[in-house]
Amino acid sequence: MSTVGIILLCHTALDRAAQVARHWVTHGCPVVIHLDKRVDRKSFDQLRADLADLNDVRFSGRYACEWGTWGIVAATQAAATILLHDFPGVRHVFLASGSCLPLRPVRELRAYLDSRPRTDFIESVTTADVGWTIGGLDAERFTLRFPFSWRRQRRRFDAYVNFQRRIRLKRRIPPGIVPHLGSQWWCLTRQTLSAILEDPDRQRIDRYFRHVWIPDESYFQTLARQYSVNIESRSLTLSKFDFQGKPHIFYDDHLQLLRRSDCFVARKIWPHAKKLYRVFLVEGAEGQPAAEPNPGKIDRLFSKAVERRTKGRAGLYMQSRYPNENWENGKTAMPYSVFEGFSELFENFETWLGRMTGTRVHGHLFAPGRAEFAGGETVYNGALSDNAALRDYNPRSFLTNLLWNTRGERQCFQFGPADNKALNWALATDPNATISVISGAWAVPLFKSNQNFADLRAEAAQLQKVEAEHLNTLRSPWSKARVRIWTLAEFIENPMEPLQTIVDEISPRALRRLTEAPRLADLTGFGQFLQNLRNQGMQPFLMGDFPVNDDPKAHSTRRGRPYLVK
Amino acid sequence: MGIFSRYRLRLARKRWRFRAFRKRRELRALADRTHRIGPDDLLAFSTLRNERVRLPYFLRYYRDMGINHFLIVDNDSDDGSREYLQDQPDVSLWTTRHSYKRARFGVDWLNWLQMKHAHGHWSLVVDPDEFFVYPFCDTRPLRALTDWLDASSIKSFSAMLLDMYPKGPIGAQPYREGEDPFAIAQWFDSGNYTISRNHRFGNLWIQGGPRARTFFTDAPERAPALNKIPLVKWDRAYAYASSTHMLLPRGLNLVYDEWGGEKASGVLLHAKFLDTFAAKAEEEMRRGQHYAASHEYKAYKAALDDHPDLWCKWSEKYINWRQLEILGLMSKGNWA
Repeated sequence: MSTVGIILLCHTALDRAAQVARHWVTHGCPVVIHLDKRVDRKSFDQLRADLADLNDVRFSGRYACEWGTWGIVAATQAAATILLHDFPGVRHVFLASGSCLPLRPVRELRAYLDSRPRTDFIESVTTADVGWTIGGLDAERFTLRFPFSWRRQRRRFDAYVNFQRRIRLKRRIPPGIVPHLGSQWWCLTRQTLSAILEDPDRQRIDRYFRHVWIPDESYFQTLARQYSVNIESRSLTLSKFDFQGKPHIFYDDHLQLLRRSDCFVARKIWPHAKKLYRVFLVEGAEGQPAAEPNPGKIDRLFSKAVERRTKGRAGLYMQSRYPNENWENGKTAMPYSVFEGFSELFENFETWLGRMTGTRVHGHLFAPGRAEFAGGETVYNGALSDNAALRDYNPRSFLTNLLWNTRGERQCFQFGPADNKALNWALATDPNATISVISGAWAVPLFKSNQNFADLRAEAAQLQKVEAEHLNTLRSPWSKARVRIWTLAEFIENPMEPLQTIVDEISPRALRRLTEAPRLADLTGFGQFLQNLRNQGMQPFLMGDFPVNDDPKAHSTRRGRPYLVK
Repeated sequence: MGIFSRYRLRLARKRWRFRAFRKRRELRALADRTHRIGPDDLLAFSTLRNERVRLPYFLRYYRDMGINHFLIVDNDSDDGSREYLQDQPDVSLWTTRHSYKRARFGVDWLNWLQMKHAHGHWSLVVDPDEFFVYPFCDTRPLRALTDWLDASSIKSFSAMLLDMYPKGPIGAQPYREGEDPFAIAQWFDSGNYTISRNHRFGNLWIQGGPRARTFFTDAPERAPALNKIPLVKWDRAYAYASSTHMLLPRGLNLVYDEWGGEKASGVLLHAKFLDTFAAKAEEEMRRGQHYAASHEYKAYKAALDDHPDLWCKWSEKYINWRQLEILGLMSKGNWA
């Protein structure tokens, strides 16, 4: 006497379906096969011939099963009627498809169901609570009409749905029916299933569901709620859907995952997955007896796949991920720091910062001559070249590549008005960027240089213009970077506090006071230098107020500590 | 994209298809076994010239992957390639002595063969030095991928060209027939590729890698394109526009996601930089049959004279597709 009967809905890979049917029958479970009407007669005869030697196989009347339409429910009803009628010993009816594969020995499934003789396993959730419907149709599945095929007549389908929404056309849900949705694959008891099939009102209910959208996910799920005494709202079939609503497919390399899942049946299996069919059907898998199904690992695998497809890896630009602007989900891969004016003001800023924070500190990555990678490297992570022409050919790719290649390690680099300006906006709008600016610090190298004053003046004017524009960008309302701007005069008044903030931000866990300051350039005479520029008709304003003769006190940084004691 | 430019692209596609139709006369069938192609067969298309030493490994690699039939155009080889291919049971071979350049670098010939034989098939267009790698290629045959693409209603699959090179001078280790070329050329650049969008055709334009880094530092815009779309569920109305870099209708070029997600993609490992490279560069220079007045080969020739080493300390050693996926050169997309 058997206790589980199987309904197999088949439409492709009939050799595999036959193999699975044979497996069920030889292990004592009668099978009723429904073959999609759209499959040709020859294949149907072939399938029948393949299974002719088995007594407990029946074929039900054929319906065309187009996805999302009533055909699948009609097919299930027909097959279930035959199953219940021809095999009186059946207590549970298991709905499966031709591409489902039993993962555990049939006797374990039978034992599992034997110990739960009154339980219906059917996922059944009210429309308000489902989170997984694709395309936004959930409650509307029950209140609109769907005369057009979604697969073949997509435009008409959408247009008619919109039309009904606009004129607020609604179907009335028959009294007593509370719409529920859930996985198409269920396992119901004879009591519940026969009550659904023999309902005196069935004609009326069927007429209603005939025009519900995807009735195979709602017909039994709704009606089981009316008749079942004990619903366990989950499916015994492991079946995962991706973001388009189509089932994920299992291959040979999923063998270990499937084994450890302890699920009874998995869907859908690639028909050419020879190893899976061999292991689970021929060799017979040995599961842990009485273990509860545990699809957690597989869930994680597939939800990660969906996340990769919809969100992707932040900061990655590649052949199959090239987001439109502002849709990047992270313009760059990692947080990074940009310093403007620091290496001009301090003689050993880069080495100092590297020592304090333990990060790689680059020079001017966008300098006109070459990309000044940390340590004077000519090629950096990911075989990124320091060649200026290559970099300037696509500076944005250069930056995103650098940050992608070094992910896990914070990058710091210097930037200034003499560098390639193409990235001004890219930097300002990137939330990963922390930009610290000492405005006007570009004047320090000019002050120290040994050029003719006329040239100096022209260069100063140019640099000031560029930097002013850059600062406007950074201060604009569209700027998303974390920006700090000091004027040169402000900064040298009290350099340790900003430096401490910067170091804390880069290595927040260090939490120690700076014991050593970078060496400040000697600014004796700088005020006079600025005055000379003014006298030549230029107005240096970005560096703040520098008194002409009162030179800044360079000792302020040397004192270091007293500033820091709280 | 306005109606006018759409119409122009349509005309361009028609023109290329007509061109391919005209160029059919240049092809002479040496071994036509196309009647053996089954309805679901996976087809590979290739144009070649003097690649005899590479062919055994090339055919084995793709047979193991699950290609059922090869359709190959031989452009006047004289090293025995033709004779070798003619004897293969799953190869259909055509030969031509006409200009490679005037057949738009072989595209016209292959467009014709695809129009005639690939309609309704998945078709893979690769050169003999390109080796296709796709997600799970070590555990799943190509048919698993094409079945999945079919189920997901995806018609074209991107595989960027990844230049592989040896450590040391390019010619130092000789390549012998039947060997895995990536036992010698096992290094690649992982993160120096630049991308921009071609708005007319809708494809991405990828450049970079070792060739840009060493041969094109003074003219990066001339560095060869690396974006490729070699695997397409072919329809006779389609046409490749320029090599396999892009095709029409332009929807097929949309192999990348624009809203932050990743589509599935693969890589074409490029076994160009073997000891055969110097001789090839020399010959192609002389024939002047390559793209943009063989500028590319001129650059190689100039650099090859001082025995360049493409290897640098940040080169990555090739392990498998998973490594390429972690490095962000390809993606599994939502295939799991």
